[in-house]
Amino acid sequence: MEKGTEKAWDVLKDLTDPELPFLTLDDLGVIREIKRNDKNHVVTIAPTYIGCPAISVIEEKIASELKKIGISPIIEKSFSPPWSSDWISENGRKKMEEFGISPPHPRKTETIGDSLLKEVKCPQCTSYRTEKVSEFGSTACKSLYRCLDCKEPFDHFKCV
Amino acid sequence: MKSNTADMVFEGLLRIADDNLILGHRTSEWCGHAPTLEEDLALPNIALDLIGHAQTLYCLACEINSRYKNEDQLAFLRLEHEYKNLLLVEQENGDFGNTVLRLFYFSTFMKYFWERVKINCCFKKLKEFSEKAFLETSYHSRYASQWVVTLGDGTDESNLKMSNAISNLEPFLGELFNNDDFTEMCSQNDFLPEPTSIFDSWKNEVETILQKGNLNFPDIILKKRGGRKGEHSEAFGYLLSDLQYMQRAYPNSSW
Repeated sequence: MEKGTEKAWDVLKDLTDPELPFLTLDDLGVIREIKRNDKNHVVTIAPTYIGCPAISVIEEKIASELKKIGISPIIEKSFSPPWSSDWISENGRKKMEEFGISPPHPRKTETIGDSLLKEVKCPQCTSYRTEKVSEFGSTACKSLYRCLDCKEPFDHFKCV
Repeated sequence: MKSNTADMVFEGLLRIADDNLILGHRTSEWCGHAPTLEEDLALPNIALDLIGHAQTLYCLACEINSRYKNEDQLAFLRLEHEYKNLLLVEQENGDFGNTVLRLFYFSTFMKYFWERVKINCCFKKLKEFSEKAFLETSYHSRYASQWVVTLGDGTDESNLKMSNAISNLEPFLGELFNNDDFTEMCSQNDFLPEPTSIFDSWKNEVETILQKGNLNFPDIILKKRGGRKGEHSEAFGYLLSDLQYMQRAYPNSSW
């Protein structure tokens, strides 16, 4: 954290994701950096997906929250390094599981959604006897699974 | 940036962005019409990714050419001959098999394209973008390849439909790998890879998948072209009138 940006961090650390409202942007690793240049705060965010429709909402949220404490920020998107599910905090993974979403595995290779090669745990009954139903789920960042034991469908956060 | 470099970067961004926008629009036409609920989620998700790629690339293009003030102007307010997308992506969807085969061809091409840009590109912002775009197009390519195998290796009828799809799309593949003066300039300036340089990796992967689906690899020779010069096929006019309707009927409307 850069000196002089503490106030901004204080405000932004509790902002939640519009599509996963039980997670903060900080849990997801979306807010990468807050810097200060001469006049402004520059907030760098890493979109989970290039076309993620939540991004513009996130940008508005950041700007309006900072405005409340008298800061008008410049918000920049960064794709390098690309956002990775490895950046989701331990706490974020725990909250995800509590909410019924199976969290992503640690990423090993440069692939996307490679969890189909690994066992995915059912967040309902903790069984590993699960199967993938679709590579795509209710949002760009999730795929759809089903538990073969408790029969419940669930979302799995893609491993990116 | 020097003005001739700026012109090159602008045109190059436009070509890639238009391909993504137009295929994104075509793919979005499946929303509410896909054969199963899972595919009805998958195809619009992919459309969203493609349009997201186009949006980001248009934004970069606007930073370079002040004639356009935002990405919507590029997406919605140009005339037909100003779009530089491939004829392949503007063709009608056809059936589900035809749709996934085209997606497989295109996303596999883009996967290798971005892989090259990641290694070498003089335009830093595009090089950064390619890291993310590579991951997403790899995902699309894998999704589509699974359907090509499933349908090709399915029933006699599904195999026949896939064979028909291969013949349908065959005339448009030559343009995908066609070098022209512009692509040569881009390659000489370390901006974008030449389309022909991607052919071997693409062919390798496509041939393997088609074989798994008991399908024959098509002949790739230059048959139909014109998209890169803004000369489009009949299907494109109908597509544009749908795509541009809101901005033409209510100029400057916004959310």
